[in-house]
Amino acid sequence: MSIKKLLYVNRKAPYGTVYALESLEVVLIGAAFEQDVTLLFMDDGVFQLAKGQNTTAIDNKNFSPTYMALGDYEVNKIYVDQQSLDERGLSLDDLQHLVWEDEDEDYAEKDSIIIVDRAQIADLMEENDVVLSF
Amino acid sequence: MKFTIQVSEGPYTHQASDTAYQFTKAALEKGHEIFRVFFYHDGVNNATRLTTPPQDDRNVIKRWSELAAKYNLDMVVCVAAAQRRGIADADESRRNGKDADNLAPGFRISGLGQLIEGAIQSDRLVVFGD
Repeated sequence: MSIKKLLYVNRKAPYGTVYALESLEVVLIGAAFEQDVTLLFMDDGVFQLAKGQNTTAIDNKNFSPTYMALGDYEVNKIYVDQQSLDERGLSLDDLQHLVWEDEDEDYAEKDSIIIVDRAQIADLMEENDVVLSF
Repeated sequence: MKFTIQVSEGPYTHQASDTAYQFTKAALEKGHEIFRVFFYHDGVNNATRLTTPPQDDRNVIKRWSELAAKYNLDMVVCVAAAQRRGIADADESRRNGKDADNLAPGFRISGLGQLIEGAIQSDRLVVFGD
């Protein structure tokens, strides 16, 4: 099976609707297909990566720790829209610190999150073969 | 062109399923190939044969089943999404200790890998959502 460049676009808040959780499930299952995977978080989707999530009061499962495991699934290109962060009063420090281990550099730990602007997002959508939107 | 279609919303509340159906039907009539139709999120609710809409309204579920029969469409319902929402075939129902099943003709239950495979094998993945 050929390798394609898959871009997952996550645009919704982690709770309130199921899209964030079920998008993450596709990413994890999809990892087994060994494709070239990129994740993009924009609009309310940036809240999915927020650190310190506590869902006790809404009786929903807090699935945010799962994002920390993405590096182990070789999902290590995680783009976050700067404008969406700005609009919501968030910065990189408000997000979980996602990392991956680079096998080619003696398993050096590297940051997965890359902050991008809207022009770079347009480029991302252009250069990927498939856009999966959630 | 070869398409995979993702349907992300259920019938009647959102237009997504109607539009997905119209797109799929039009593509087939134009001679395009539909590799797969994948039902995800609330889209799995398009696959219950217990739906009984008023007689003067369209029957979204039956319409999908008939399209599948006519064109031998592969219509896949995500198992994880279906389990959450109470969509089951006889095997799934038995496996989970339930007393009924409701999967409409022409649909089959399978995993998310079927969506990824569709995305890889097709020229276009077209997502119909809210």
